[in-house]
Amino acid sequence: MVWINAIVQGVLLGGLYALFAAGLSLMFGVMRFINIAHGDFIVTAAYLMVALVTGLAVHPAVAVVLVLIALTTAGYVNQRILLNRVLGKDILPPILVTFGMSIIIQNALLEIFSADSQRLPAGWLETGSIVLSDAVAIGWLPLLMFAAAVAVIGGLQLVFYKTPLGRMLRATSDDPEIVPLMGGNNAHIFAIATALASLVVGVAGIFLAMKTNFDPSAGPARLLFAFEAVIIGGLGSLWGTLVGGIVLGVAQTLGAQIDAGVQILAGHLVFLALLVVRPRGLFPKM
Amino acid sequence: MTRLLETQGLTAFYGDFQALFGIDVSVDEGECVALIGSNGAGKSTFLRAITGMIPARGQDVMFAGQHIAGWAADRIHKAGMAMVPEGRRLFPSLSVEENLLIGAAGKRPGPWSLDAVYELFPDLVAKRHNPGTALSGGQQQMVAIGRALMSNPQLLLCDEISLGLAPKVIKDIYTAVPKIRAGGTAILVVEQDVGQALAVADRVYCFMEGRVTLTGTPATLTRAQIAAAYFGTTEEAH
Amino acid sequence: MTSMDMTQGRGISVSVVLRLVLLAVVAGLAVAPVWAGRSDLRLLMEVFSFLALAQMWNLLAGYTGLISVGQQAFVGLGGYLFFALAMFAGLPLLIAIPAAAIATAVIAVPTGWIAFRLQGPYFAIGTWVIAEVFRLSAAQIGALGGGSGISLPVALAKSLADSRGGREMVMYYIAFTIGIASVLMVWGLLRSKWGLALTAIRDSEPAAEAMGVATRRVKFMIYVLAAFWTSLTGGFVFLQKLRITPDAAFSLNEWTAFVIFIVVIGGIGSIEGPVIGVVIFFALREVASDWGTWYLIMMGGIAIAVMLVDKRGVWGAIRARTNLSIFPVTKVLD
Repeated sequence: MVWINAIVQGVLLGGLYALFAAGLSLMFGVMRFINIAHGDFIVTAAYLMVALVTGLAVHPAVAVVLVLIALTTAGYVNQRILLNRVLGKDILPPILVTFGMSIIIQNALLEIFSADSQRLPAGWLETGSIVLSDAVAIGWLPLLMFAAAVAVIGGLQLVFYKTPLGRMLRATSDDPEIVPLMGGNNAHIFAIATALASLVVGVAGIFLAMKTNFDPSAGPARLLFAFEAVIIGGLGSLWGTLVGGIVLGVAQTLGAQIDAGVQILAGHLVFLALLVVRPRGLFPKM
Repeated sequence: MTRLLETQGLTAFYGDFQALFGIDVSVDEGECVALIGSNGAGKSTFLRAITGMIPARGQDVMFAGQHIAGWAADRIHKAGMAMVPEGRRLFPSLSVEENLLIGAAGKRPGPWSLDAVYELFPDLVAKRHNPGTALSGGQQQMVAIGRALMSNPQLLLCDEISLGLAPKVIKDIYTAVPKIRAGGTAILVVEQDVGQALAVADRVYCFMEGRVTLTGTPATLTRAQIAAAYFGTTEEAH
Repeated sequence: MTSMDMTQGRGISVSVVLRLVLLAVVAGLAVAPVWAGRSDLRLLMEVFSFLALAQMWNLLAGYTGLISVGQQAFVGLGGYLFFALAMFAGLPLLIAIPAAAIATAVIAVPTGWIAFRLQGPYFAIGTWVIAEVFRLSAAQIGALGGGSGISLPVALAKSLADSRGGREMVMYYIAFTIGIASVLMVWGLLRSKWGLALTAIRDSEPAAEAMGVATRRVKFMIYVLAAFWTSLTGGFVFLQKLRITPDAAFSLNEWTAFVIFIVVIGGIGSIEGPVIGVVIFFALREVASDWGTWYLIMMGGIAIAVMLVDKRGVWGAIRARTNLSIFPVTKVLD
């Protein structure tokens, strides 16, 4: 029964990893661009949430809205004034610029919030659970996280395949050179993609804040989890990303069941093994 | 007739390589003009320069009464210039209808709509939900033309639309030209097929090595003149 | 003589002067134990270590386009394998370091095989995951101290030389050799027939392939070679530190982020770039490392600024305006 419980918890944890991964997947899908600071932005959102709720005593619902607005705006502006300048055939500049951003963010958070780990108290969400049997219980927070992941990915899917904006994003992903000849402004479209990805990053950060302790150096690990979920699922497949997150989550909880020390290692090893067996992921698209 | 497009002394470079040496081309409203010339003569470069795909800052390009040199490509598109790019360049992950709708993103008003495009190219109706790239070459070309028309352009640029297509298919596609002109749209076609260009155009420019070597109406140009301007065989072309 | 010839003539002579200056500096460094104090020597050892790491990262990223952010894997493996071989296999220290590097190169073959399944930016993060696997695994090995690490027994350290001064002299010359040899090795490589292939890949991979360069094989060989030399450096670094922990051995910031900054600031895709970058990096560190987080924020800012202002870095910007070359790799046709 402990194993069944580990799998159930792993699936739910996969929801959080899918939230980490969706933004990364979206940005790569539209711009062929990987943001090394992706995890650090998630952690920044988490800090913002904690600062608003525990620091400034803002109502949590208001804080959520504020965090999401802040992240989305910052994503748009960052893409427009900084990242668009380094997009191109040469992959080094975007990697380096976001690598530099990652180091700046981590140290700025350290400067502002110190190295102490933080957590957002989530009250009954944290403690309440649905007891299925004496060994298996589903916590409200993990359940909400998983539901949010499904909703976010479903929402992105809807935007991508049912709206003019999504059509333009897919066209830009196919052939950015030709899009301006159809009246599309690449700089704006890329910034919209990043804004959308940053909105998801905001959601992920808020859940991270409630789910675990985090500190200024927590970003890179989140980037790696996000990356692994994207690759396991298959590049460009949003639902694949959810499956990728679940595979990673289950690998980690099963690893932790064997030995608490190998939780993260087990996730990485399963990722590498899948990379050997299915280099294009479980649901390859591109 | 009113001038729609006019370039004076247009030059273009790819790095250190000069591709255009002072091109003077004009298109009147509602007119159909053809650019002919061999591979590498600079025809496509000319289209890239006027659409904003390669920088033309500080040059003399007038379109619909505005100085458009140096404008971004999307802004030029919104001013009413639409392009059917060489090689069609349909968006592979979009359906036929979505490809067409991308063309309408600029929301310019005018006669062209999904229904109007389907009426022009009835073959596309049955394929509207197929991926654009799952069509035959001729049908893909129709989508590319339809996509450009969806923006209700004042000037439609067609880059090598007959390239790689069977003669029968080329004929089908060119039957659309009068219908497009009937809506008031001027057309600038780039063609390697001289016969086709002379048949469809009001006026012809012949390009060679980045320069205009001959211009005139199909009726006044002789075969020898065109051959000379095309291949540079004799001096008397001018 | 036209003005063109004049500048060319002057460029060559400036290059010659630069080469002589560099030679004099190297000669001075070769006898550093004579003139330098203990802390200076220690700093120079670090300089040589980072010079070697930077040359290797540059060889990988600047010439084959493989951007790795997981080179800490090989520094850490070099350090841990060196400790293991010295402590448990009883190899003499000076044998254990190269032996550890050879073992790392062997390990790099399967890890490279996996990482090469990912392209471009995904390769970068894939190498990082692999480095994390080694870090987390090292923390699981009880014999090597697990998460809290292990120290090199004093008796072993003393086997290097009897006196403290003697040990530092030996260590200095190991560092000197690793650093200078890394430059000479890359230079020699670029002047060999491999050099043409590497330069072709750097300038355009499709073109290189069209010319018949087996790009994948060349890239793989370079990946393994870089792993070997990076590991050699790692072995030395932890001989100097005498203590190893998973976090220090597999540190992304220390062994990859700083190294990337060095290469990028100095100028990627040239031998001179990493040399200049190392000088700038240590000059900045001497001035600003007391600033703590602000120092690191500044480093991040500089990396971003270089990419925005001139991604070719200091040496790239100089070379674009002059025809200076300290390490000529293209054969001049007279």
